[in-house]
Amino acid sequence: MSARVTPGLPVAPVRARRSVASPSKRTVAAFANASLVLVALCFALPLAWLVFAAFDADSTYQTRLPTELTLDNFTAVLTPELTFVPMWNSLVISVSTAVLTVVLALLAAYPLSRYQARFNRPFMYIVLFGTCLPITAIMVPVYALFVALHLLDSIPGTVAFLAASSLPVAIYLAKNFMDAVPLELEEAAWMDGASAMRALRTIVAPLMRPGIAVISIYVFFAAWGNFFVPFILLLSPSRQPAAISIYSFFGQYGTVAYGQLAAFSLIYAVPVITLYVLVARGIGGSFALAGAVKG
Amino acid sequence: MRTLPLVPAVILMAVFLLGPIIWSLVGSLTNAALTGRAAADPQWVGLANYAALLADPVFPKSVGLTVVFTLVSAVLAQTFLGLGLAVAMTRASAGLGAVVATVVVAAWILPELVAAFVAYAFFSQDGTLNQLLGVLGLEGPNWLFSFPMIAVIFANIWRGTAFSMMIYQAALNEVPQEITEAAMLDGANGAKRLVYVTLPMIRQTITTTLMLITLQTLSVFTLIWVMTAGGPGNDSATLPIYAFTEAFRFGNIGYGTAIATVMLAVGAVFSVVYIRALRVPRERAA
Repeated sequence: MSARVTPGLPVAPVRARRSVASPSKRTVAAFANASLVLVALCFALPLAWLVFAAFDADSTYQTRLPTELTLDNFTAVLTPELTFVPMWNSLVISVSTAVLTVVLALLAAYPLSRYQARFNRPFMYIVLFGTCLPITAIMVPVYALFVALHLLDSIPGTVAFLAASSLPVAIYLAKNFMDAVPLELEEAAWMDGASAMRALRTIVAPLMRPGIAVISIYVFFAAWGNFFVPFILLLSPSRQPAAISIYSFFGQYGTVAYGQLAAFSLIYAVPVITLYVLVARGIGGSFALAGAVKG
Repeated sequence: MRTLPLVPAVILMAVFLLGPIIWSLVGSLTNAALTGRAAADPQWVGLANYAALLADPVFPKSVGLTVVFTLVSAVLAQTFLGLGLAVAMTRASAGLGAVVATVVVAAWILPELVAAFVAYAFFSQDGTLNQLLGVLGLEGPNWLFSFPMIAVIFANIWRGTAFSMMIYQAALNEVPQEITEAAMLDGANGAKRLVYVTLPMIRQTITTTLMLITLQTLSVFTLIWVMTAGGPGNDSATLPIYAFTEAFRFGNIGYGTAIATVMLAVGAVFSVVYIRALRVPRERAA
């Protein structure tokens, strides 16, 4: 899994800065516009193929407008075996990984954020080091470990590994988000006799909602898109997620049904795209925290 | 008692992250295999796997390919393109900037495998790239076969640029406008302001981003595996691909693990540099 940390958070579109006008300003803007258009075309071209091919009755690897718009490719792949089972597996794996990771990360972040302990700093360094760990490099020993633990081809085992590999980032983020929650509210709860865990559940966690959303979405994305980990750890087709089923589709059948493959790729990509758009719109502005302190 | 909530996370990480790392170090000293006698009863072979690595002509080649892949696609292209796009967006019209950002991010948001498949289609013999060259009257080669490294490098640039672009956009946004304006009043033109004012102010961001994308690019597997599977021959087998092929296709778990251990060591060096640049924020004041 690639360690894609911070920039999962969408960035507000940068506004062009209008300041004291200089004569060359317009030329610069024209040049910037032109180069942006050029780059965007290069980036869009491969994507255009994907969309066109999915709706084309007889698509090839060439990009062209479909001669005849059709949904046949979609109906062809929307079968239990090809789409529904793998998509369901992807969903089960990604959601369980996200839930497990978030719960464990919140629990771990609580003592790190709330208590002063000598090991906090070294622990955070180890966690940070863990976020850099190239997961690809440990897959061979992970395979050996799974054989030894009889966890090969088990969805819970795969979820446990995916959660473990996301935990360093999740703990790091959770601690930072938790540090931003003011202590005063909790101290009041402690006075009233609430235990630390109760305070975490009823006060801190609800105030960290945006942070929790960021962490869960980050982990969900990583698990949903992951190919290498299930490729090695899950063997039977009935347990494999969508990433693997596309790959076998693509690798085994001699003549590739390009249109169907493109259609399936789109179906598989839709959940993450939707989620990304929702996040880009939603999280940017919500500050549950500010409200809590003001009140 | 107070540290009890840390325990589940620590156990999970110890078993599934620390365990494999230790296993990697130990396993690389054995002749463990997927099948045959060595599978049932792996023997201690000491540094034999590492000695074999040094003697293996494919290993230095694989290291070289990994360096080229990382240097060109991550360090050079993604940094310059990402930073360039971010800077251009501050100068271009706002609407256009948003559209371009969406297109660039789209390649990044796609699941790894879909991106790899799209790149495969783009570079294949009768794919879109050759179609374009055909329009210009040129006959393109079979990129994935004749120039596999060029194909995977461009594919990785296409997929990865959004990451650095987004970080640099955020960083540029945080550069206080007064400072660039002061430079402007002092008579610095656009290029000078960029080189002497803006870039030095986001130097920290550039360092950490560079380290992050280096680490990510070092461990790219899916993109290359789907596009070329490391071939033809070993011509695009970077270290992750080479370790995978040795361990799972040829069944030499011990040898594959030795390659993986080298990768871990390289990754660790970059991580240390990265963490030093980042620094864990000080404890919150009580």
